[in-house]
Amino acid sequence: MTSEHTTASLPKARTGIDGFDDVTFGGLPAGRPSLVCGAAGCGKTLFATTFLVNGATLYDEPGVFMSFEERADDLSANVASLGYDLDGLVAAGKIAVDHVKVERSEIEETGEYDLEGLFIRLGYAVDTIKAKRVVLDTIETLFAGLSDAAVLRSELRRLFGWLKERGLTAIITGERGEGQLTRQGLEEYVSDCVVLLDNRVEDQITTRRLRIVKYRGSAHGTNEYPFLIDEQGISVLPVTAADLSYKVSDEIVSTGVESLDAMFGPGGLFRGSSVLISGSAGTGKTTISSHTIDAACAHGERCMSFVFEESGEQICRNAHSVGLDLRRHLDTGLLRFEAARPSLYGLEMHLARMHRDIEQFRPSVVVIDPISALRGPEVELQATLLRMVDMLKARGITAVFTSLRTDGAFGQSSDLGLSSLMDVWIKLQDVEANGERSRTLYVIKARGMSHSNQVREFQMSAAGLKLVDAYIGPAGVLTGTARIVQEAQEEAAALRRQQDSERRKRDVTRRRQSIERQIAELRDSLETAEEEETLLLDEDTQRETLLTIERTDIARRRSAAE
Amino acid sequence: MSEQISHAGDPISEEDGDPGQYHLRLYVAGQTQKSMAALANLKRVCEQHLAGRYDIEVVDLLKNPQLAAGDQILAIPTLVRRLPAPLKRIIGDLSNTEKVLVGLDIRPRDPSAPGKP
Repeated sequence: MTSEHTTASLPKARTGIDGFDDVTFGGLPAGRPSLVCGAAGCGKTLFATTFLVNGATLYDEPGVFMSFEERADDLSANVASLGYDLDGLVAAGKIAVDHVKVERSEIEETGEYDLEGLFIRLGYAVDTIKAKRVVLDTIETLFAGLSDAAVLRSELRRLFGWLKERGLTAIITGERGEGQLTRQGLEEYVSDCVVLLDNRVEDQITTRRLRIVKYRGSAHGTNEYPFLIDEQGISVLPVTAADLSYKVSDEIVSTGVESLDAMFGPGGLFRGSSVLISGSAGTGKTTISSHTIDAACAHGERCMSFVFEESGEQICRNAHSVGLDLRRHLDTGLLRFEAARPSLYGLEMHLARMHRDIEQFRPSVVVIDPISALRGPEVELQATLLRMVDMLKARGITAVFTSLRTDGAFGQSSDLGLSSLMDVWIKLQDVEANGERSRTLYVIKARGMSHSNQVREFQMSAAGLKLVDAYIGPAGVLTGTARIVQEAQEEAAALRRQQDSERRKRDVTRRRQSIERQIAELRDSLETAEEEETLLLDEDTQRETLLTIERTDIARRRSAAE
Repeated sequence: MSEQISHAGDPISEEDGDPGQYHLRLYVAGQTQKSMAALANLKRVCEQHLAGRYDIEVVDLLKNPQLAAGDQILAIPTLVRRLPAPLKRIIGDLSNTEKVLVGLDIRPRDPSAPGKP
């Protein structure tokens, strides 16, 4: 993953220690001695042994362990707890262990001497197994065994030169001294690479830290990195993607809740995005994340859930109440719960364990429930979470974080936002009104996609989760019974309106009918009048005719009489 | 024991029994100046103080590097007293005869006893 960094500069020898090779962009300087120093009990010997064992087992580079403190038996017993089979590797000729015993009481010094014997022993061991790696642990013990410091210094200088000449990648360990990195100032001689290990206790929680003090000729991470020693060896936890250069995916994954998917433009979340589900107690954060798990497992994807407040069993049982069967995914091995109380380890330890579990299980969805359960100093918390998000992103893992903080912050008094690390923020809120509580859901942000800006009411039942459009009207946002009441009222009003309009329609019809009736009556009377008129006209004509006849008749009669 | 040693300090000691036999091994690395000086010094001291009761084995680690780990050799030259027990190591070119004698338990570690030349 960092190969482009390594090739550019000097050749490096990978230590195989998780994270350390990332911080140093490839490992320790190949063919040169490096100094690993720190106080007693901070893991120097373990670091050096891991370097050798990994060299022998992973990179086919045999190594010589020259111990000035522990006997070979003790050494292999000590590292057996990490799962290293030192004796087996020695028998296979991949590692040689040489215990150099320096006992002042047994040695008398008379006159001049040099440490040629040490060179010969080392050279012989190196030649026998064709070693590429050497560990000198802790060479400063010589200063306690031999009195001529001037000779020792010049011989050590010669030894480091000799190692370089032979092209051996070496780790020299040194005990932390007053005011300098090592008691005898070895850092003056081993100038290529100096790694400082530290073990600090804060708030009763121990955190091991590692810092690369110098690395000549190479870029390196300059921070103090927490590291972890447990039954699986050493892991250093770098802020891996300081350059934010991870691949992004356009693939869409479902949240497991159909109506929630519908709130996002593409119909789901981008694979590899980080989702924050925030909300106060009992708003359904775990239930939503359980749906996401179920959906992913149903597609045959691996899911890992880190739970801090419940056991995996309990989550399965609770999910059952909304109709989810998570147990079957546990049985098929697609789902794994890692439950731990937040106070069990320090923050770094939590992160380290997650890191390792994720490396091993390789899930495509990770749920952390709830992230707000992690406690620690504000700054450290943010750094840890940042690393966590980075780690997940770099692996393209879709991550669901739940948080009890509704404002998306970490602690009680800080405005450092967790939300700014997240790609998607779904906020759950209780709405209390009219003596009842109902759950609402908003999508506050969704990077790179359009999303619904509306509030949804969110219902949990045995049939699963359902989002219902909340009532949004002149009376504000209403949910729950209030929404139902409001809807009933609206229905009634609509009915009323319908009835009104029908009544009005009937009125109009009636009026129209009456007018038509009037028109008919009038037409009737008109007809009557016309008939009368005709009748009268006829009578008049008849009368006129009669009169004319009569007049003619009279006239005729008159004329006849004359 | 200390009695025997005080006798051993005597050049004309007749006690040549096994308990007084010195088996010495000198580790060197090639024919360096320091190594040669150490061998010469050792021979001189032995002749003076352990005449007839010692044998010296010279191990050249350049030829037999595998022998270095066995006797916990670190510095060169190193003189190892294999016998009599306990094992003793003296490093350096053995130029300080006094210290060599003390280191080999030929002379007790006592500053009040003046050394012989």
